[in-house]
Amino acid sequence: MDKVQTTPNINKERIKQYLTEGKRFDGRKPDEFREITIETGVSKNAEGSAKVKIGKTEVIVGIKMNASTPYADSSAEGTMMVTAELLPLSSPRYEAGPPRFNSIELARVIDRAIRESKFIKFDKLCIKEGEKVWTVFIDIYSLNDDGNLLDAAGIGALVALKNAKIPKYNEEEGKVLFGEHTDKNLPLSEDIPISITYHKIGDNFIVDPTREEEDVSETRLTIGSMDGIISSMQKGETKVLSVEELNTILDKVHNSWKNVFSKIEKHLK
Amino acid sequence: MTNKEFIRDDGRKFDEIRPMKAKVGVVDNADGSAMFQFGKTIAIAAVYGPKKMHPQHAQNPKKGTLRCAYNMLSFSVEDRIRPGPSRRSTEISKITQWALEPVLMIDQFPNQVIDVHINILQASASTRCAGINAAIMALAHAGIPMKNIVSSISVGKIDKQLVVDVNKYEDSIFDEGEGATDIPFTFTGDGKISHLQLDGKISPEQFKEALELAKNGAKKIYEVQKKALKESLGEK
Amino acid sequence: MTNERKLVIPGEVIVTGNDYLPGEGTEKREKEIVAIKYGLAEESNRLIKVIPLSGVYQARRGNVVIGEVENITFNGWIINIGTADNAFLSLTEVPRYVNKDGLDEVMDIGDMVVAKIWGINKRGIDVSIKSRGLGKLESGMIIKINSNKVPRVIGKEGSMISLIKDETNCQITVGQNGLIWIEGKKIEDELLAKKAIMFVSENSFISGLTEELKKWFGGGEKIK
Repeated sequence: MDKVQTTPNINKERIKQYLTEGKRFDGRKPDEFREITIETGVSKNAEGSAKVKIGKTEVIVGIKMNASTPYADSSAEGTMMVTAELLPLSSPRYEAGPPRFNSIELARVIDRAIRESKFIKFDKLCIKEGEKVWTVFIDIYSLNDDGNLLDAAGIGALVALKNAKIPKYNEEEGKVLFGEHTDKNLPLSEDIPISITYHKIGDNFIVDPTREEEDVSETRLTIGSMDGIISSMQKGETKVLSVEELNTILDKVHNSWKNVFSKIEKHLK
Repeated sequence: MTNKEFIRDDGRKFDEIRPMKAKVGVVDNADGSAMFQFGKTIAIAAVYGPKKMHPQHAQNPKKGTLRCAYNMLSFSVEDRIRPGPSRRSTEISKITQWALEPVLMIDQFPNQVIDVHINILQASASTRCAGINAAIMALAHAGIPMKNIVSSISVGKIDKQLVVDVNKYEDSIFDEGEGATDIPFTFTGDGKISHLQLDGKISPEQFKEALELAKNGAKKIYEVQKKALKESLGEK
Repeated sequence: MTNERKLVIPGEVIVTGNDYLPGEGTEKREKEIVAIKYGLAEESNRLIKVIPLSGVYQARRGNVVIGEVENITFNGWIINIGTADNAFLSLTEVPRYVNKDGLDEVMDIGDMVVAKIWGINKRGIDVSIKSRGLGKLESGMIIKINSNKVPRVIGKEGSMISLIKDETNCQITVGQNGLIWIEGKKIEDELLAKKAIMFVSENSFISGLTEELKKWFGGGEKIK
């Protein structure tokens, strides 16, 4: 919308009041996600791609691959790089220019959720030991920001990876044949690492905040987990969490994972 | 000279535009937005404003400022490009502004700025044309007053043959005979030229032919833009 | 031209002939009246206008708007009403005496206010809170719709908004700039009012919208 883009103080008060009764502005329960819709293969020149909508929030994620020299300490393993751009197209709050902290953090949190969960089997992305391995680029762009870009980006990355086909590679010349794909999928784990961000508003916790709710959020904790096992975490913003609060969140992790997994499962086959 | 029976690598006739799609209202946060697609080339544009120009020293007290930013997503092409601006995108951003500004009535927005953000989701040649086509629809959607809309199209010359709406093969792979020439044009609704570039080799006589082809192609694009704008508000 | 409203795009000829006058969103070119904005063309008394259905709010004299206090000066408040130029509320436009040192006690940065536009000129937009129903909003919630949908939300002679107020037991103030204030006694009432307004805004092209809204309220869960 136009210039009125901050959340009015009276709304912030109202959001907090509502939450003490377990209610939200759009009628959702505190632990309820908005509707998630997923489209795959949305950018045909990418090895894999996905558009994820959570409510009015929308992200697009594309996978590209290239052959590169492996790191010395893991000479038979593929590598990965995650970038994120909060496009000025997606919100009146974003401006053109070098990446700001939010986009860097977003990329790093998604990077860890995927890397630490061993979702990509890097040992199977070796072309020639010590010489050539595959690098997987995961590039994330926001298309419309109405809150919770982080979780949307995480889902987008998973689905795009699942959707990807490995490009053809000319061994004699040692070159990737860009634009030509094998019918081989990326080597991925069966376990699905989903990042879910919990936001603290007053004394209450919610998932999947709208932009307005994000504006009231005092602190947040992103947990990347797969079916009960946590593999990455990030606490953001300046307010503290008590041990009890952290325990409350930890008790929610498995259910939140199952809830989101059930909504995206059919796109991960 | 132009062979009217010529069939292109993708099966099109010389004056046939790839299947087009257009849609208004694709970015909820924006004041105006649109998508325009030529075959495998997809552009989306979002408009924010008119709004106050910051910093103040950049304000123009005589008229509003149009600021365009063209950007290709890293995975929109076969060979990944590094995210962020490049010399190419900087030039196209400016070309886009020049293509659009002649029809916009922005003298009524002194000290204000209209931001147009164009992103190429998928690229297969003619991305600047798709971007301009999406941008003018987004500007109309944002309620910006304008004399006319603009329509952008490329004409190519492959060897001696003229073709409209160049695809990726005609743009960057073809290299037989006289090679490939790419001429993107933008026309205002009343048939004037607001954008013109050329890369390659062509005689002035054949250029005149190319111009005629482009003019006719732009009319078809205009119809697609018009239809999308009218459908977006539920007109039956 | 018939009475039927027609959707036009910029550059499109709306009518030909010297019998018509060009109004807002149009201009005369030779014998033709041409749209310079995207929206609905309509004619009344030979005057042709284009009414935009999208885009940013255009301030008009007499409009009641809702805005946020963005800054305080020595003699008034700077109010963001969603236009490129902020509005100014002078302390002389407040219906009581205000001490020059105590402006922030009356309204502080971040407060929301209902105000009326009384002047638009080169220096900016002047607003007042001197009439009934205007002033600072102490509680409740604000929702935002596109300002071009406001006439539908209000309805003919306020019929639509009256219906929503009656059905939801909420107090509602609709700002012409698309900001709407809602306050009810219960959370459920406010959420229902919000949904009803969104229903009207999203279905603003349907004819007989008041009847549709009545059905919507009656049907309870029949939400799009």
